[in-house]
Amino acid sequence: MASAIKIWSFPGGVHPPERKTLANQTATATTELPEKVYVPVKQHIGAEGQLLVQPGDTVLRGQALTQPGMSGGLPVHAPSSGTVINIAEHTSNHPSGIPTLTITIKLDGKHESIEFTAVENPLEQSPQELIKYIREAGIAGLGGAAYPTAQKLSQTQNTELLIINGVECEPYIVSDDRLMREHAEEIVSGITILQSALQAQQTIVAIEDNKPEAIQAMRQAIESASIEAAVAVVPTKYPSGGEKQLIQLLTGKEVPSNGYPSDMGILMQNVGTAYAIHEAIYLGKPLMERIVTLTGEALQKPGTVWALLGTPVSHLLDSASLQASSKQKVIIGGPMMGYTISDLEVPVVKSTNCILCPTESELPATGHEMACIRCGQCEQVCPASLLPQQLYWYAKASDHDALKQHHLKDCIECGACAYVCPSEIPLVHYYRKAKAEIREELIEQQKADIARQRFEARQARLEREKQARLEKHKKAAEARQAALAARAAAAEADPTEQSTADTAANNGEKQSKVAAAIARAKAKNAAQAESATAEDDKKARVAEAVARAKAKKAAQAESATAEDDKKARVAEAVARAKAKKAAQAESATPEDDKAKQSSQQSDNAEAEKKRRVAAAVARAKAKKAEQQKQQNSVTTSERGDSESS
Amino acid sequence: MSFFIASSPHNHVRRNTQWVMQQVLLAMVPGVLAQVWIFGWGVLIQLAFAIVTAIVAESLFLAFRDKPIKPALRDNTAILTAALLAVSIPPLAPWWVIFIGVIFSIVVVKQVFGGVGQNIFNPAMAGYVLLLVSFPVQMTQWMPPAHLATFNLSFIDSLWLFFTQYTTDGFSVMQVTMVQLGQGIDAVSMATPLDHIRNQLSQGYTLSESLNSPIFGGLAGLGWQEVNMAYFLGGAYLVARRVITWHIPVALLGTLLVASGLGTTFAIDQLPGVNIHLLSGATMLGAFFIATDPVSAATSNKGKVIYAALIGVLVYVIRTWGGYPDAMAFAVLLANLCVPTIDYFSKPRPYGNVKAKESAE
Repeated sequence: MASAIKIWSFPGGVHPPERKTLANQTATATTELPEKVYVPVKQHIGAEGQLLVQPGDTVLRGQALTQPGMSGGLPVHAPSSGTVINIAEHTSNHPSGIPTLTITIKLDGKHESIEFTAVENPLEQSPQELIKYIREAGIAGLGGAAYPTAQKLSQTQNTELLIINGVECEPYIVSDDRLMREHAEEIVSGITILQSALQAQQTIVAIEDNKPEAIQAMRQAIESASIEAAVAVVPTKYPSGGEKQLIQLLTGKEVPSNGYPSDMGILMQNVGTAYAIHEAIYLGKPLMERIVTLTGEALQKPGTVWALLGTPVSHLLDSASLQASSKQKVIIGGPMMGYTISDLEVPVVKSTNCILCPTESELPATGHEMACIRCGQCEQVCPASLLPQQLYWYAKASDHDALKQHHLKDCIECGACAYVCPSEIPLVHYYRKAKAEIREELIEQQKADIARQRFEARQARLEREKQARLEKHKKAAEARQAALAARAAAAEADPTEQSTADTAANNGEKQSKVAAAIARAKAKNAAQAESATAEDDKKARVAEAVARAKAKKAAQAESATAEDDKKARVAEAVARAKAKKAAQAESATPEDDKAKQSSQQSDNAEAEKKRRVAAAVARAKAKKAEQQKQQNSVTTSERGDSESS
Repeated sequence: MSFFIASSPHNHVRRNTQWVMQQVLLAMVPGVLAQVWIFGWGVLIQLAFAIVTAIVAESLFLAFRDKPIKPALRDNTAILTAALLAVSIPPLAPWWVIFIGVIFSIVVVKQVFGGVGQNIFNPAMAGYVLLLVSFPVQMTQWMPPAHLATFNLSFIDSLWLFFTQYTTDGFSVMQVTMVQLGQGIDAVSMATPLDHIRNQLSQGYTLSESLNSPIFGGLAGLGWQEVNMAYFLGGAYLVARRVITWHIPVALLGTLLVASGLGTTFAIDQLPGVNIHLLSGATMLGAFFIATDPVSAATSNKGKVIYAALIGVLVYVIRTWGGYPDAMAFAVLLANLCVPTIDYFSKPRPYGNVKAKESAE
C-alpha cells in the first residue's frame, strides 16, 4: 500500500523551531477527574443546540445535555457523572474570552456512564444513517476549526479524494502524533466509516516527515486492516497542515478563492476526528474527551493527556505543574496561530488541541514595532502568495478597497509573515483588525441597503396610492360630468318637470334612470358612472331640500318687508339682516356691501324715501340670493359628492 | 493571577532590521579593506566622517520631527547610507563634499519623505548624484591605485588633505596625485579606468589602444578589479546568509553581462568588454549593496528581477552613450522611479485566484 504519492509543493512557508520532543516522549496520560466541568453549549461553528437539562439534574457520562436544533447544530454531552449546578454565562475558550452559555456540572467522582450502544453493521448502513450517528455523537473537526463533521460530510458529493490530516505542522503540538502512535487501528477503523459514508474513491493519510513513529504506526494499521488508503509523507514546513496547503501538496491543485475543497471533490478530516468517529460508531460513545498537548518550558511535566471536554485549563496546568513567571503567557494552540487566555477557568473544548506555557526566554514578547523597510521577506514566506507588506500599508491606512484588491480574504492568518518580519511588525494582528473592519463595514452596508430598500418600497407605495387616488378622482369627475350632462338632457327632454325643485326631487328616480342611460352612452365607464349618478341624485335631493328651506326663509323675509312698508325702520333692519344673512350664505359679494352702506344713510332728510329704495334693493337682493342659492346648492351637492366618493 | 496577552504568532525569528543592516555593514568590510589598501587612508577618513555626520543629522532631524531618536538610530540604516556614500566618492575629496552629500541623503531623501521605509529613492545614490552634478571636479579626482603610486600618503597627510586640501608639507591634492603618478603619464590618466576608456574611445582610439595604459592589468583596471572582487565576496556572503535574495544581483549582473557581451560582439575593439563592465566602477557594490536596498527596490521576486535588469541595461547604456563614465547611481535612481509600476504589474497570483487573474483589468 505504500505506493509513492507524488508530493507537490506550495510557495513560501517557514521552519520555526519544532520543539515537538518536549511533549511527545511519553504515552498519553489520563488526568484525575476535576471537581467541576464547564461544558459550553456551543463548541463548534454553527448554531447551538437546545438545552435538555436543568440545574439540579443529575447526569451520567455520555448523556446528551443539548439536542441539535436546526441543521449545523451539534449536541454536547456530559463527560462524567454528576449534578448540573448552574447553567449560565462563563468565560469562553476564545481569544476574546467573551462569556457564553455554559453548563456547569459538579462531578460526583463515580464516573458512571449511560449504556453506550454501538451501531450494528456500520458498513452496511446508508451514508445518511452514518452521518446521523456522527451528528448525534457531537463530533466536530478536532484539528482546530471545530466545523461540524456531519455537516461537512453531508455537504460533500462525489468525493474523489479523502484526505486524513495527520500533518500537525504547528510547532510544539503533538496531540495527533501521539494519537496516531497509540491508536492507529482505531483511526483506520474511523477512516473505513468515512470511506463508507462518502463513497470515496481514494484515501490519503498525510503525515509530516518529522513523525516517523506515527508514519510507521499508520502504515502498519492500514496494511493489517487492508483498506484502500495510502500514507503520504510530506516535508516538514509550516503551514503544510493547513487545508488549502495540504491539498496543494497532495494534488498540485488550488482550492478556488471563493470555493470549498468539496467543489473539487476533496474532503479533509483530521486524524482525531477519524478516531472520534470510530468511538461513536463502533462503541457508541459520543465525543466526551480529547487529547490535549500540555507543553512549554514553564511546565515541569509536559506531555499529552486525555482531557474531558469541559475540564478547566487550570486543572490540567496544575497536573503538569506550571511554574508561572510574571509575564507568563498561556497559549491555547501553538506558537504560530494560538491565542492567549487570561483566565485559567476556561474549559477545554472540542477544538482545544494544545495548551502552551512558554518561558519568557523561550518565546520572548515581541519587541518594539519598527518601520517596514519593504524587505519583502514576508512575501517570500506567504503560503497564499499574497503581498503582506502591501496589505500592511493598506490595513494601516484602512484602505478597504485596496485590501480587497490585494486579496486580504485569502489570508489564512498562519503568521509566517509576522514570524520573519525583521521590523517585528505584528502583521497578522493588522490583518485581523482590517478583516473585522471590513466585516463591520459589510454589516453596516447591508443594514443601509435594507434601510434603503425599505425607504424605496415606502416611496413606491405612497406613489402608488397617490396614483390610485388620482385615478379615482378622475373617474369621479367623469361620473359627475356624466351626471350633469344627464340632468341637462333630462331638463331638455322635460323642462316643466325641471322648473321647480320639488318636482325635480320627486322625479329624481326617473331622472337618474335617464341620466344613467345618457351617461352610459357618453361615458367610458358606464357602469361606474351609473352608480355614481344614482348616488349623486340622492345627494342632490338633500341639497335641494336645504336650498328650498333657505329660499322659503328668504321669501318670508321678502313678504314681511312688503307688508310692513310703514314700519320702515323695522323692515329696513329686517331687510338688512336678511340681506346680510343671504350674503353670508352665498359668501358676501361687493353689491352686498353697497346695500349695507346705502341702508345706513338713515339720518338723511330723504331717509324715508331712501329707506324704501333700500328696502326694495334689499328685497331684490334677497330674491337674487334665493335664486343663487338654488343654483349653488346644486353645485355644492356635486362638490360634496366628489369629495365623499 | 493575570496572564500575559499577546497576538499570534508568539514565535519570532531573531533577525530584526538592526541585524540585517549589521550584516550588510559587515559584508562591506572586504570591499572597504580593499579600497583602503588601494586608495589609502582617505577611504576610512571619509567613512568615519560620513557616519558621524549621518548620526548627528538623523538625530537632529528626528528631534525636529518629534520622533523617538533611539529606536530609529538603532536600526543602523543611517550608518549604512553614510557608509555606501562614503565608499562611492574619491578618498581625498574635501570634507564638505561628503558632509553635503550625507546631509542631503539623510535629511532630504530619507527623513523628509518620512524616514526609514518611506523614501522613494536610494538615499546614498541620490546624495551621490547631487554631489556629482554639483562638484564634478572633486567628484572625479580619484587617486591612482597604490600599484602605481610612487609613495604612500600617511594617515596624517590624508587627514590634512581631507580637512584642508593640503598635506602637512603643503602639497595640494592635485600635486599629490601628479607626483604619485610619476612622469610620463598625463593628468588625464588619474581618471578611473572607465573614465579613461571613455575618453580614449571618444578621441578615436580603439579599445586595445586605450587598454595599453598602465592603469590596466589583469582582468580590468588595476585596483578597481580587486575592489569589485572584494565587494562580490561580501555580496556572496549576504546571499548565502539570506540577508538578500539572489534575484537582484543575478539579474543586474546578468543583464550587464549580456549587454556588454553583445556590445563587444557587434562592435569589436570599440566597446569595453564583459570583464571591464563587471569589474569596474561601482558594478559589484551596486549589484549587491545598492540596488538591493529593500526600501527603494521592487518587492516581489519577479519585480526584483525586472527592476535589476532595468538597472543593468541603464548602466550599460549610460556608460556607453551617456555623459558620465559610471552610471550606477543614475541607473538606480531611474529604476527607483519605476518601482511602483513594476510592483503593480508583478503582483504574484494569490492562492486560489486562477480565474481572477485572467479576468482582471
